[in-house]
Amino acid sequence: MDPLRRSPSPCLSSRPSSPSTPPCEMRGPVGIEAVLDQLKIKAMKMGFEFNIMVVGQSGLGKSTMVNTLFKVWKSNPPDLGVPPSQTLQLHSVTHVIEENGVKLKLTVTDTPGFGDQINNDNCLRPLDIEFLQRLCRTVNVVPVIARADSLTIEEREAFRRRIQQNLRTHCINVYPQMCFDEDINDRTLNSKLRERIPFAVVGADQEHLVNGRCVLGRKTNWGVIEVENMAHCEFPLLRDLLIRSHLQDLKDITHNVHYENYRVIRLNESHLLPRGPGWVNLAPASPGQLTTPRPFKVCRGAHDDSDDEF
Amino acid sequence: MASSEVARHLKRENIRSLTMSGHVGFESLPDQLVNRSIQQGFCFNILCVGETGIGKSTLIDTLFNTNFEDYESSHFCPNVKLKAQTYELQESNVRLKLTIVNTVGFGDQINKEESYQPIVDYIDAQFEAYLQEELKIKRSLFTYHDSRIHVCLYFISPTGHSLKTLDLLTMKNLDSKVNIIPVIAKADTVSKTELQEFKIKLMSELVSNGVQIYQFPTDDDTIAKDNAAMNGLLPFAVVGSMDAVKVGNKVVKARQYPWGVVQVENENHCDFVKLREMLICTNMEDLREQTHTRHYELYRRCKLEEMGFTDVGPENKPVSLQETYEAKRHEFHGERQRKEEEMKQMFVQRVKEKEAILKEAERELQAKFEHLKRLHQEERMKLEEKRRLLEEEIIAFSKKKATSEIFHSQSFLATGSNLRKDKDRKNSNFL
Repeated sequence: MDPLRRSPSPCLSSRPSSPSTPPCEMRGPVGIEAVLDQLKIKAMKMGFEFNIMVVGQSGLGKSTMVNTLFKVWKSNPPDLGVPPSQTLQLHSVTHVIEENGVKLKLTVTDTPGFGDQINNDNCLRPLDIEFLQRLCRTVNVVPVIARADSLTIEEREAFRRRIQQNLRTHCINVYPQMCFDEDINDRTLNSKLRERIPFAVVGADQEHLVNGRCVLGRKTNWGVIEVENMAHCEFPLLRDLLIRSHLQDLKDITHNVHYENYRVIRLNESHLLPRGPGWVNLAPASPGQLTTPRPFKVCRGAHDDSDDEF
Repeated sequence: MASSEVARHLKRENIRSLTMSGHVGFESLPDQLVNRSIQQGFCFNILCVGETGIGKSTLIDTLFNTNFEDYESSHFCPNVKLKAQTYELQESNVRLKLTIVNTVGFGDQINKEESYQPIVDYIDAQFEAYLQEELKIKRSLFTYHDSRIHVCLYFISPTGHSLKTLDLLTMKNLDSKVNIIPVIAKADTVSKTELQEFKIKLMSELVSNGVQIYQFPTDDDTIAKDNAAMNGLLPFAVVGSMDAVKVGNKVVKARQYPWGVVQVENENHCDFVKLREMLICTNMEDLREQTHTRHYELYRRCKLEEMGFTDVGPENKPVSLQETYEAKRHEFHGERQRKEEEMKQMFVQRVKEKEAILKEAERELQAKFEHLKRLHQEERMKLEEKRRLLEEEIIAFSKKKATSEIFHSQSFLATGSNLRKDKDRKNSNFL
């Protein structure tokens, strides 16, 4: 393009919105609301994805827990569970499940052999603390008290308080993180959850008949521990948190916070991004710089009267 | 993705489908997604391209049922400019950040060859801004105000004949950068039969010139039928008006003529309702998605390739971004070093030259000084010489005077006054 021909062109370097966009009153319905349905249709078509990793001592019932969460015990157990091994190896399995037209691609990553060094019957040991601290910086961590059927209610509460104390002392920021509470509603809701974390859960993949009802539970000589009964264990809380209310939030935080942090570290440490005349704006001069995009082209013509004209 | 495609895709990735034995509850996922979107708010950017006075602002006002503040533009702009304004609208719990970009002075110039260029530049500028944000180290895409144009409403003059060259040229240059929805403006000036022929003519011209306008998507069953039907009714013949006119016992938006009332929202009168349906109620999300996944991706790919990035290296091996960066950095350093050397050389050279000049000047000055000194010396000597001569003359004269005086006094005593006259004559000759 001949530069001389282009010079009378208007300056295109700034972007439209002024910082204070005026709110406008519409005189009647327009149909903007319909965009929500459009979103839903698109989401249903694309399907959802969710990736869980379970960490802990073998034999604690991790696989059973995941099976219980997603109610897929009718398939062969080896699908979601893995035979115990002594090597530290990560094993991922992906499945697609569907409910009422909503497709979910679920990936479960197990860490067999790892948790065997963990022994937190009493409280969190230094190894656990260190591990949790590092983990919390990279991923959303939801701690659970497994095998809660071996604790009485009082023991359970005491254990929970001890763990909460430990977490607080060592500044381990588990999910839901307080710093991501967006408004007062979030804060109230999440504070209630934070009170009960870690949830004491029991996993079961068999149904039993109790008082004429068919329930999911563990049958023992002294009774049936109903998994979905709040009086028996806190499994419903975990399920609701993970699936029914906070699944999208978990994904958002992973995408917007954890991944972005990783990206920043990775890009910075590789010292790869040069700064020079040919690389304007590829990397900001200082990490604290605001993200308002700067003009990328030099103004070709003089600025004219109206500040929004281009 | 159709279900068979999904199944194939899953099989490829060795993923199995499982059936659940009870209600889990993730059917609430779409609602969770919707809630998050409600919290974030939506963004929609419309570009209106059309001649001055064709009714762009009025149509936008009518579409969104508001009076966005605006003023009439003049017809005397020397070039095409774009004017953008952002508004916040809210309908029940949906917040929409709407940006309207209008062309100013489009079609007013005598030479319209480059009229489309500012529009193309504006669209590219928004893509570029997004790309820059995306490439930052510390970025915040989720709070970024997306200013990329999601749809371009192209206003066609209701001549009833055909597309103007300006229209064809502009649309041809825009179709790979933005979703174009052509509309026939001021459609109440075209009769129903003329309108039908006009639409057919316009579409065939667009097709024969290879202009890709936006097609309403027909892959989802719930909206496929409606969208397909609407695709056949393009371009929409629209009428815009915010004036309230009483028709029967209702008050409607309309234009009142002596011979009748053109009701904006009457589907027999114009296609306004269809446009609003398609643009806002049914396909707003698809327009946004197409902008991001098709137009922006194309821009991004071209830009990165221009910058020297490739996905595949010379031997068809995949090249990582890291390698490209390293190579570029190397190149850049080399270039910089070379430039530094060059500048250093130039500097040294200049200094030398300056030194030489100064030395030369000094020498000249010295020579001049010497010369002047010599001249002065010579002058002096000459003057000395002259003085000596003069002094000698004076001495000689005073001698002679003395001698003649003695003579004179002697002769006076001896001879008398006659001789004196001779002697006077003699003396005067002597003098």
